[in-house]
Amino acid sequence: MQEALRFETAEAEPVDRTEIVVKARQLRRVPEGAARGLSLTIRGLRKAFGDNEVLRSIDLHIPAGQFVAIVGRSGCGKSTLLRLIAGLDAPTAGSIAFGEQPRAQDVRVMFQEPRLLPWARVLSNVEVGLGRERSSADAQARAERALVEVGLGDKRTQWPSVLSGGQKQRVALARALVSQPRVLAFDEPLGALDALTRISMQQLLERVWRDQGFTAILVTHDVAEAVALADRVLVIEDGRIAEDVAVDLPRPRRRGSAELAALEGEILKHLLEGSEDSL
Amino acid sequence: MSLIDSLPRRKAFSSEVDAGSREENASKQKSAAPFRSHRNGSSSSAPKLPKVDGLIPWVVPLAIVLVWQLACVTGYVPSRVLPAPTDVAVAGWKLLLSGELVRNIWVSFWRASIGFLIGGGIGFAFGLANGLSQLSAKLTDTTLQMVRNIPHLALIPLVILWFGIDESAKLFLVALGVFFPIYLNTLHGIRTVDPQLIEMGRIYGMTDGELFRRVIFPGALPSIFVGLRFALGIMWLTLIVAETIAASSGLGYMAMQAREFMLIDVVVLSILIYALLGKLADSASRALERLTLSWHPAFQKK
Repeated sequence: MQEALRFETAEAEPVDRTEIVVKARQLRRVPEGAARGLSLTIRGLRKAFGDNEVLRSIDLHIPAGQFVAIVGRSGCGKSTLLRLIAGLDAPTAGSIAFGEQPRAQDVRVMFQEPRLLPWARVLSNVEVGLGRERSSADAQARAERALVEVGLGDKRTQWPSVLSGGQKQRVALARALVSQPRVLAFDEPLGALDALTRISMQQLLERVWRDQGFTAILVTHDVAEAVALADRVLVIEDGRIAEDVAVDLPRPRRRGSAELAALEGEILKHLLEGSEDSL
Repeated sequence: MSLIDSLPRRKAFSSEVDAGSREENASKQKSAAPFRSHRNGSSSSAPKLPKVDGLIPWVVPLAIVLVWQLACVTGYVPSRVLPAPTDVAVAGWKLLLSGELVRNIWVSFWRASIGFLIGGGIGFAFGLANGLSQLSAKLTDTTLQMVRNIPHLALIPLVILWFGIDESAKLFLVALGVFFPIYLNTLHGIRTVDPQLIEMGRIYGMTDGELFRRVIFPGALPSIFVGLRFALGIMWLTLIVAETIAASSGLGYMAMQAREFMLIDVVVLSILIYALLGKLADSASRALERLTLSWHPAFQKK
């Protein structure tokens, strides 16, 4: 059971870091479309808001098509890291480089709030995700395909206000998927959903990730969610990567299995220790 | 006791529903079964409900007219003070036949709409400009807020000196009156569009034009409609005052003229017409609201 755990600390030498990458690559069962994902390299990344230094020094390599979860206590800078990766904010120092220069529609973000346009019907909301290709002839057909993919094909003419929270989030997922992104960043997308809806959404996320083979970066405060979905869990503490855990468990993973629980316990223990230190 | 009493009834009711053949037997139980009578009652009255619903808003105005008529007929209110609704209707009919009524309503309606278009258009343009551009807001907002606090009707003496009692005087006053509600609510609507949606639009590569058309304008629309309805009220108010003070045609002029000749029924008639025109304008803006805000939960059918 312990073999499933590979803890590496952030203080490790840069040389070790590349080894981790190789290990992570070997560990990963590569899905069919993995070629579509983009790899990501972050060097010396810092972000400060005034005097408040949120991210101190982040070095990270994410291979193409990997599913990475970022966990940490609130205010640790995990959402900031995601916003920097998605290009929503500019870093104070350091660099973020993708495997190849991404087009605008190659990197997509999904937020905790669905952020649907209330005055546009579900299908038009999904079409928004096409970016500059919105006016192309097959825009509607692509949007419909994306809706069917998230299981909401029959809701395309509805207003967002009549959908449930989980359905809205699925529309937001369809909008993010419709441009077939190569990197998809999730900022606690399931945080506002009830427990059962969460689990079915997690399964949906895992399925579309396996189908489409994008590089997935999931920020979450739910460690169970992180170990259930990700190939690799990053623990962020005080603006640094405190731990880099490879989750070497076969998919589909059975929720509530002993291996997942042990891994979750290990990460939680670390997080809680950290919080005691700071108190 | 009552519990024991109800048991056999319930049984009879359910068997009646299941079988439905023992009509005679059932009819005996009908009066005794509370469920049945209740169901019958609700099912027969349900389809009528929407119609009744539509009439309810008119119950109070009709009642007022009725009480008014009664008060006049019984002599409780002397006709020198207030003519009976029937007298007003007769006066309206006479004016209608002479063509005077239609001409005056048309003149007032024309002034109201032209003034509204000018003032509303400028207010909307300033609202958009100041909502979208920091520079524009810095340049003009303070000035506009200062001017806003001058009651526009206080300008009447000045307006008469400038424009005489010409059309332009009335148009100017109406335009000035409707400018501010439209300006303020357009500005407010644009400023309060959900910033998360704007960020979403930018992430998904919307150009400025698209962002305005697909996110900012629809988001500001509910607030713009609030301004529109305020402005419609102010539009009639301003026009009445302007026409009453200085005019040679229009509804307000008709009322003032009637006062000169002690034609109190015509005075009351013009007041009633103002009420109806105001209601008409409000209904029109509501219809427009329903049409354009069908996405809004408040406008969706239950």
